[in-house]
Amino acid sequence: MTKRLFVKGNEAVAMAAIEAGCRYYFGYPITPQSDIPEYMSAELPRLGGEFIQAESEIAAVNMLLGASATGVRAMTSSSGPGISLKQEGISYMAGSELPGVIVDIARSGPGLGGIDASQADYFQAVKGGGHGGYHIIVLAPASVQEMYDLTMLAFDLADIYRMPAMILSDSVIGQMKEALIPNRRPEAELPSKEWAVRGKGEGDQRIVKSLYLGDGELEAHNWKLHNRYCELKEKECRWEAFRTEDADLLVTAFGSCARIAKTAIMLAREEGLKVGLLRPVTLFPFPAAAYEELTSRCKKILDIELNAGQMIEDVRLSVSPDTEVFFYGRPPGTGSLPTPEELLEQIRKHY
Amino acid sequence: MPQIFKRPTSLKDVQTHFCSGCHHGTIHRLVAEAMDEFGVQGRAIGIASVGCSVFLYSYFDIDVVEAPHGRAPAVATGVKRARPGSFVFTYQGDGDLAAIGTSEIIHAANRGEDITVIFVNNTTYGMTGGQMAPTTMVGQRTSTSPYGRMKEKDGAPLRMAELLAQLEGVSFSARVAVNSPRNLMDAKKQIKTAFRYQVEGKGFSFIEALSACPTNWGMKPLQANERVGTELCDYFRLGVYKNIMEL
Ligand SMILES: Cc1ncc(C[n+]2csc(CCOP(=O)(O)OP(=O)(O)O)c2C)c(N)n1
Ligand code: SF4
Repeated sequence: MTKRLFVKGNEAVAMAAIEAGCRYYFGYPITPQSDIPEYMSAELPRLGGEFIQAESEIAAVNMLLGASATGVRAMTSSSGPGISLKQEGISYMAGSELPGVIVDIARSGPGLGGIDASQADYFQAVKGGGHGGYHIIVLAPASVQEMYDLTMLAFDLADIYRMPAMILSDSVIGQMKEALIPNRRPEAELPSKEWAVRGKGEGDQRIVKSLYLGDGELEAHNWKLHNRYCELKEKECRWEAFRTEDADLLVTAFGSCARIAKTAIMLAREEGLKVGLLRPVTLFPFPAAAYEELTSRCKKILDIELNAGQMIEDVRLSVSPDTEVFFYGRPPGTGSLPTPEELLEQIRKHY
Repeated sequence: MPQIFKRPTSLKDVQTHFCSGCHHGTIHRLVAEAMDEFGVQGRAIGIASVGCSVFLYSYFDIDVVEAPHGRAPAVATGVKRARPGSFVFTYQGDGDLAAIGTSEIIHAANRGEDITVIFVNNTTYGMTGGQMAPTTMVGQRTSTSPYGRMKEKDGAPLRMAELLAQLEGVSFSARVAVNSPRNLMDAKKQIKTAFRYQVEGKGFSFIEALSACPTNWGMKPLQANERVGTELCDYFRLGVYKNIMEL
């Protein structure tokens, strides 16, 4: 019989990291992600790994940079203000072509904001939150099971494409308990890490760096990174299409918001409204082709987000010409999480 | 004829970009000699910082990770925890370590990370054009202290070797200079002791090396060299501030 557990989304992330072979975790406490460092602090020492409660998120992400540079699988996690502090390190990791997993259990902002569920860090995550014009892989789980499965995928993609990967979630999925099947680490063809610094021994020196000053060097480096982003867009887009075949109105939403939207869609279906859901699972690369294809038939799409409109920009760029794009969203904060009935109202309005 | 002086194996046979009279090159050499003497080149991982020493990998023939400005001790922590068998050192300037990176150095030291930190104190931000550093002397004119550093407004120069020596996690802390043959010999000795701590797995070791920056001090190399021995050594006293095992 398959083992089933009943765990929190945050715990699922930690369990998946360990299953994926991650033995190094560096973090700093912040709600609503503290279950992750707590879990890792208990488990990693037993497994011969290292857990460090760093002095700041800046230090934590740089410990991640250092550990990843040696070729091991390593992770950090945080939320809102802490993710902002990590941006410097994430930019350096992107520039230095280092894998590594960063978990963002987003909270509301700006500033100290609050701890409610929020999707207001979409821009920060998918548009390259630090300096220099880079991207990282961004995965958006919508269930505890996906917290688990996508965390393992994040490690694989980070290793394959030599870039940081982020799990972008929030307190709804992070704090919620659901049934989880703790799948085994999937088989994946992973490149060997000859670039890793392990001491040169008798061989050639290896350098992990992001500084390129020679004439044309940095431009070439950036083109290389850019081409990798293009390859990701081609090969790694993932999404869920739910009851889209006969839909007259498409709803699109990611993560926790997509769950509420799904309930609203089922309520709408009970009323005879033909509504479907397009849920991007990878936010970078954004599954633009899926939008284009689905909206080439169904010419109306309603984007719903837990913010005042961020993913909407990518939706608009991806839909087929002449598609009507609607938006519904509320900036995060206590009491702002929409109900299925509220979203049903929006579906009726735009149907 | 027996060879009595040669380029250390851990150093590459290349010209450096350092200005004439700069002490970075001399300190590089001492670090390389000490690495050779302990035979750790093959398992060494250097952590370069942001400053005039950012090209660590161009001069040392070892594996190198480049850290963001000030974060080298955190990067070194990640490297050493993931590869405890390697020989890990950071090489940082005073802006890097004593301003933007104070949090990282204090906590890496306090955790007693098994690494060595080479801290090059030239009382200025060399790479960015000679701005005021946390170690700039009171009265010293720099491009951002055109009237001289004022204690009331800017604080007094930080003495990192003394400060870190107070932390439980620190096994060894010393300040050295390379301005005279005598100081240079002593600097070599202290760097070796610092390395011995790491080679024997005995915890965090720290070397503060006073260094000349003739370019940004607006001095000729000889004058700058002299300033290290007089004005700097007067305030930043050379010596061993901590040596827990008397290695
Ligand atoms: C976050 C950040 N802030 C500022 C800089 C610009 N910067 C480059 S080197 C440097 C200071 C270097 O001075 P120091 O650490 O004393 O080393 P030196 O060049 O004197 O050897 C600064 C401020 C940077 N690279 N990153
Ligand atoms: S600017 Fe100063 S520290 Fe930098 S290389 Fe020149 S002399 Fe050395």
